[in-house]
Formats: sequence, C-alpha cells, structure tokens
Amino acid sequence: MSMLNVFQISASALSAQSMRLNAVASNLANADSATSSTGEAYKAKQVVFEAVPVTKNDPLAQGVRVKEVVDDKSPPRMVYDPSHPLADSKGYVTYPNVDAVEEMVNMISASRSYQTNAEVMSTAKDLMQRTLALLQS
Amino acid sequence: MLGKLDQELAFVQSALDLRARRQELIAANIANADTPNYKARDIDFQAALRSAMGASAGPLAMTRTAGKHLAGVGGSGGAGAVQYRTALQPSLDGNTVDSDVERAHFAENAMHYQFLLERARGTFRTMAQALEASR
Repeated sequence: MSMLNVFQISASALSAQSMRLNAVASNLANADSATSSTGEAYKAKQVVFEAVPVTKNDPLAQGVRVKEVVDDKSPPRMVYDPSHPLADSKGYVTYPNVDAVEEMVNMISASRSYQTNAEVMSTAKDLMQRTLALLQS
Repeated sequence: MLGKLDQELAFVQSALDLRARRQELIAANIANADTPNYKARDIDFQAALRSAMGASAGPLAMTRTAGKHLAGVGGSGGAGAVQYRTALQPSLDGNTVDSDVERAHFAENAMHYQFLLERARGTFRTMAQALEASR
C-alpha cells in the first residue's frame, strides 16, 4: 500500500521540521547567554537532515530524520564591555554566535515546510477516504 | 460484458497503483525539501503505465555476437523506471527539490487519482445497473 507510506514519510518530515524549529527556538532564546553550565558562551545549534527509507522493502519511499545536531562553527560575537563580570583580560565579553536574522529565516522555512507536509498528509488522507468509499453508493 | 468490465477495471487498477506510487515518491520529495544532497525523483507515468499494461517491448536487451556472451538484460532506463528530476535551480547543498514544482505535481497527481476513482465508480455503477436490469 503505497498510499500508507505517504503518511509515514510526511510524519517523519513533520517531526524533523519541528526539531529544526526547536533548535531555532533554543538559539533565539539563548542569543544573549554569555555563559552556560559549562562556563562557556552558548553555541548556536543547527540540525542536519538525512533521507532514510521508511520501509525495508521500498528504498525509494524516503522520509527524513535528523542525523545530528551540530554546533555552529562561526566565531562568537565579541563585545567590548570591561565592566561586565564575564569580561576577559582585554575587556571583551564572549557572546553566542547566534545570527538572529539567519534564525528567523530558518524559522520561516521550517514552518513553511511543516505546513506543506501537513497538507500532503491531508491530501493523502482524502484520497484514502475516497478509495474506501469507492463501493458505497 | 463482464470481460469488458474486467478489462476496464484492470486498467483502472494498474493506473491507480502507479498514481499511488507516484504520490509516494512526490511526498518523499516534499519531505526531503531541506535534506542536503537529496535528489528529487519521479516516474515517467506514461511509460510506466504502458509497461504495466504489458504493451511495451520490455527492457532493452543487449546484442550478443558470440555464443559465450552473457545475456544482458537492460534493467535501468527501461520504461517506468524511477528517474531523477532535472533541477531547475539546484541549491548549494546538492538538493534538487523545487518545492513549488513538487507541490504542483502532487496536486496534479491527486486529481488524476480522484479521476481514476470516479472511473472505477462509474464501472461499478454500470455493472450494478446491468444486474438490476436483468431482474
């Protein structure tokens, strides 16, 4: 039943996109967290998607999953503020490397993808229902 | 009469199977719209339907010029095989999914699926009417 796979594919995309949205929320919330439990400034988190088959016998029905969550490699934001308790010997405070604009773009992209996949699911559901109703009336 | 209805239904059935398969492929494309290095795929519906209805000559065979040659049977590239979509504007991460194109194909495919369902319903109705008339 190919049509049932559509649900699994779209569901995997929904959870992957919501995880991406989680990462965006975490990044934006911590955009100014100059310190953390490790004592270092927060590092922006990015999710990496990977295509995986949802069933064993059909390698072409590929869903998505989050392969890993990686720390953003870009350099931290250094702010000169000698009066800050976390300032280093030169008077600079290390702030997270969160790019608010990039995160907003990421958020919009994730939410659009989420909507699209939800729509795909609803269309597939519609088609299934019509198929089931084939012998009625 | 029943033979004709059966033929009609067989056609609708294989066409529906293919449409469902294509729907699945396009759903996979849409789901992977943000996956790096994912390549969008689709099937050539006409060729696939033709081969499903048994009208095609089958996969391309290789020419054998000596008795000891292997009988090669062309697998890939045959009718109905899953093919990669030519990307209109591939992105830097190697992804070739164009969300709008996929959505258009998805909607189009869903419409075709519904049309085929209507045809199947029509066939069933004809059958029921014929049975009613004979009473």
